[in-house]
Amino acid sequence: MTAPSDVSSHAMASARWRISEVAFWVLALGCAFLFPSRYLIMTDIVRLGLFALSLDLILGYAGIVSLGHAAFFGVGAYAAGLLALHGIINEPVIALVAAGLVAAVLGFLTSFLVIRGVDLTRLMVTLGIALLLEALAERFSDITGGTDGLQGIEMQPILGLFAFDMFGRTGLFYSLVVLFILFLLARRVVHSPFGLSLRAIKNNPLRAAAIGVPVNRRLIAIYTLAAFYAGIAGALFTQTTALASLDVFSFERSADLMLVLVIGGTGYLYGGLIGAVVFKMLQELFQSITPQYWLFWIGLVLVVIVMVGRARIHRFVLFVPNLIIRQLAGRKAAVAVPESDAS
Amino acid sequence: MASILTNLFDGVAYGMLLFVLACGLAVTLGLMNFVNLAHGAFAMAGGYICAVLVNNSGWPFFAALPLAFVGSALIGIALERTLYRHLYSRSHLDQVLFSIGLVFMSVAAVDYIMGSSRVFIKLPAALEGQIDLFGVGIGRYRLMIVVICGLLTLALQLILAKTRFGSRLRAAVDDPRAASGLGINVPQVFAFTFAFGCGLAGLGGALSAEILGLDPYFPLKFMIYFLIVVTVGGSSSITGPFLASLLLGIADVAGKYYVPKVGPFVIYTVMIVILLWRPNGLFGRTAAR
Repeated sequence: MTAPSDVSSHAMASARWRISEVAFWVLALGCAFLFPSRYLIMTDIVRLGLFALSLDLILGYAGIVSLGHAAFFGVGAYAAGLLALHGIINEPVIALVAAGLVAAVLGFLTSFLVIRGVDLTRLMVTLGIALLLEALAERFSDITGGTDGLQGIEMQPILGLFAFDMFGRTGLFYSLVVLFILFLLARRVVHSPFGLSLRAIKNNPLRAAAIGVPVNRRLIAIYTLAAFYAGIAGALFTQTTALASLDVFSFERSADLMLVLVIGGTGYLYGGLIGAVVFKMLQELFQSITPQYWLFWIGLVLVVIVMVGRARIHRFVLFVPNLIIRQLAGRKAAVAVPESDAS
Repeated sequence: MASILTNLFDGVAYGMLLFVLACGLAVTLGLMNFVNLAHGAFAMAGGYICAVLVNNSGWPFFAALPLAFVGSALIGIALERTLYRHLYSRSHLDQVLFSIGLVFMSVAAVDYIMGSSRVFIKLPAALEGQIDLFGVGIGRYRLMIVVICGLLTLALQLILAKTRFGSRLRAAVDDPRAASGLGINVPQVFAFTFAFGCGLAGLGGALSAEILGLDPYFPLKFMIYFLIVVTVGGSSSITGPFLASLLLGIADVAGKYYVPKVGPFVIYTVMIVILLWRPNGLFGRTAAR
């Protein structure tokens, strides 16, 4: 009877907070205070990070490749926008949760389509759902505002206390708090027995089913949760920019998201957040060099990453940090290497 | 009645065009199991080659078409030898990322070189206007497309079924290991097929400039159509994608004409339903790998 206790002690050990993780969040908070002139871009990064976290949940932990994750982002964005525009739910936090729940319902319904079939079918179905929603949003332009988007959204103060200001200060701290809370939840989920069973499914669905993991139910659950996260990210987008337009559903958004996650690495939750920072900085850099053609360089980054190999790049990048951690904390210290990569 | 037949004909022409554009993808995606989202980029390359030759160098349209084929095929084989072949054995995620990267690069590069506005290819006067066939108005250009694409389809079917290369390709696809054991140079067969598919896409791109419109965002706009053709059509034969293209073409034209507001909606819904109903496509099986 030692095996179960081994598993649980191993799971508990890997769930323990590490110094590097604490440092990461302190650094994130520090940035928010240090650069008061860059609130808007930092909010952008936080949003993107949350969105990437959502994709990481299904890609990195459950191995579902999705080309249409923007569907949930878009639904969340429009839900939050419509709730605020028509004054149905004025309080931003409740509206945020409501928008996330709308996306989660959609995720639950579409998960039955997604869990069928193999990679290629999943790619097509997820892409199809996002395109379908985009077409729908365009069709019902009297509700969604069509190509002009939702306009005239006015956000009420958060919890009735903190009003959104024009510099984006409130928006940033609001997004950061939301990200942190959702990150804690995600961290709890992936280190739970549930999360471990997801990894078993990702590695070998057949074997997971054989040892008694209800594969389909687990996949539906995580897909719904990821949709909830993406919906929240979308709602944050609407609430902090007071805007929701058709491009929330666009293919480029889903594709960019893949890039973010690939830069950061999948399967250890921080990948999306780090990737979001790197991606936004790259985007800023390329846009300052060639304002119109930055897409080319983003594409080049993708091609190079794949050609060199994702695992190899992460080893290069993490070589110096790992060295420092080892020197500081001795040989046995946990290193910041992603535990596994999506395949 | 006449307008229905005209629409039907337009749909057939559109479908055949889609087939020529996408049948290269049927080989890479369906048979070689490589998710190549960048297929439209080769079609766009062919379209722009043709446009430059006709508009700037004053070539006749029909002389520029073969060059669109050759140009795209050359680009295709260059990329296959340098980049694609390293990725055949990689995961689908890698293939998706790589080909999305290629699409982004091609979009921005064409935007940089050719400008972002839509490009028109000057057509010879003989291809303009309509002819009247039993009271049904038929566009000359579309008639030409049906003829060219029909001939191509026949030729492809014959090559696959009757020639030595066709049987090599089928063997290489069915079981690469056994095929190479029999002395078939599998990578070479794949490279040649890939280049040929890219060439066909280039030809399709040149032909489609008039109907689908040619601008730098072509690969992104029509990516989903090519994917639909292949996934719905399956890949066990050339007939599946062909029928799927015809269906898609007719449905799309009819949808745009009769129910303009819900056109795209219908197509995506049908695609999802078909994929769920028959994950391996309407007309057959995918390679068992």
